Amino acid sequence: MTYDLVVVGGGPAGLAAAYEAFNNGIESILIIERDMELGGILNQCIHNGFGLHTFKEELTGPEYAERFIDKITDTSIEVKLDTMVLDIKEKTIYAMNPIDGYMEIESKAIILAMGCRERTRGAIYVPGDRPAGVFTAGAAQRYINIEGYMVGKEVVILGSGDIGLIMARRMTLEGAKVKAVIELMPYSNGLNRNIVQCLEDYDIPLYLSHTVTQIIGKTRLEKIVVSQVDDNKKPIKGTEKTFTCDTLLLSVGLIPENELSKQAGLQIDTRTNGLVVNETMQTSNEGIFACGNVLHVHDLVDFVTQEAQTAGKYAASYIKDEYKKGTSVKVKNGKGITYTVPQNMNTISKESIRVFMRVSTPSYHQKIVVNCGGKEIASFKKKTLLPAEMQSIVLTKEHLAAIEGDITIYLEEGK
Amino acid sequence: MTAELKKLTCIVCPMGCELQVDEKKKIVTGHTCKRGEIYGIEEVTHPTRVITTTVKLAKSIYPMLPVKTNGAIPKDLNFKCMAILNQVEWRAPVKLGDIIVKDLLGTGIDVVATRTMGLKK
Repeated sequence: MTYDLVVVGGGPAGLAAAYEAFNNGIESILIIERDMELGGILNQCIHNGFGLHTFKEELTGPEYAERFIDKITDTSIEVKLDTMVLDIKEKTIYAMNPIDGYMEIESKAIILAMGCRERTRGAIYVPGDRPAGVFTAGAAQRYINIEGYMVGKEVVILGSGDIGLIMARRMTLEGAKVKAVIELMPYSNGLNRNIVQCLEDYDIPLYLSHTVTQIIGKTRLEKIVVSQVDDNKKPIKGTEKTFTCDTLLLSVGLIPENELSKQAGLQIDTRTNGLVVNETMQTSNEGIFACGNVLHVHDLVDFVTQEAQTAGKYAASYIKDEYKKGTSVKVKNGKGITYTVPQNMNTISKESIRVFMRVSTPSYHQKIVVNCGGKEIASFKKKTLLPAEMQSIVLTKEHLAAIEGDITIYLEEGK
Repeated sequence: MTAELKKLTCIVCPMGCELQVDEKKKIVTGHTCKRGEIYGIEEVTHPTRVITTTVKLAKSIYPMLPVKTNGAIPKDLNFKCMAILNQVEWRAPVKLGDIIVKDLLGTGIDVVATRTMGLKK
């Protein structure tokens, strides 16, 4: 089997990347998806709030996915569902499914769009028993919204990221009593709007600077102990509170899913746990591109779509032999910034480059400064910077012309 | 005379602007778009929400169909809306946008399917 482009993953990133490559003149495209339908995680995100940037309207997850699935259906793009990619070596993809069996697929270019997965109880070392009733929030979301199983009646949620907040409302609407949302950090990691419409609307208390310190239950979860933590995130003795509950949902972070990338020998960024890319979304191997949560975890699908379109466009130009290589400079993160994507950029880029980043702590009235060799080449005023909200800046042609070597991006007081 | 200002976080989009609403004069500040201004006034006069949930679905690959109210309904009807939708049993095939409940609780708002679900093969 031979294709010009193979896209691994049929979620929002893979769909948008494939469609963009098609629009840039590539007709021989295969999307490989391991689930039995396209759409990825959007299918279980039945709440609304998707697409304000991309479609200028507020859609639910399945609606957002369906817009892209419909676009793909009208093209020559082929899709293999229920198909697992086992390995990638150079430009050969080894995959299998129940219909074709084992396949070796040759491709001129590859786009990796495998998304991310949830951190589990094992990743955060919660002590105690190991009863039934402890779920990751995303798994519970799938049970309730797609499979039609209610996971519990009395619920505590650990982690106030968006999935945790959305699930607090979802469980409440379905008749469960959500007793508390527990957050280790002194601030929530979810969007403010979700705190309002998921917690405050339903009088669900949010305990900041708290964590779960004991899980108790013989066969099913019976209760949990929650403690306040100090500045070093260590539980404070004497602050223990007990909640009786049959369900604990964990919303404690997502990890880019890069087993395949590692097997393919691609460079991984230890800050994002995602792939290292340049401004064209090309990874450390020529002709292999990546986009979406496999690079870094996004809070808005709209940004995934943007990134995927970049990957699709440049994969197309690589296939058409129009991809230009220039001198690569590194994008380093300085004070207040935890990471940037892309990590490298070509100074010959003829188009403006969007750089995504996250800040390490909540900060206000700051400037995001781009510095090259001691010279400030750009700065962007920001009123509010929260770790939960991914930031982005756009470097224009003029900015790029001033870049002569590696650049550093950092925060500065900006009055 | 100091006006009574109510502080709200706008939920219209992910930006989450901090609004101050003068409840008496119906003046909003802190918004960065027109929709935020409308939200500020509505939130202190008659708060509304879009409900997204699922209804039972027969004859498809999955037993649940995601649905939403195709407009915001008064916030105090949230659980009444859920009670009605818990009684609904739909059958595949269904198309995105198909009306599942017309004129929900007399609000003039319909509940619609948010995805297409084919018949199980």
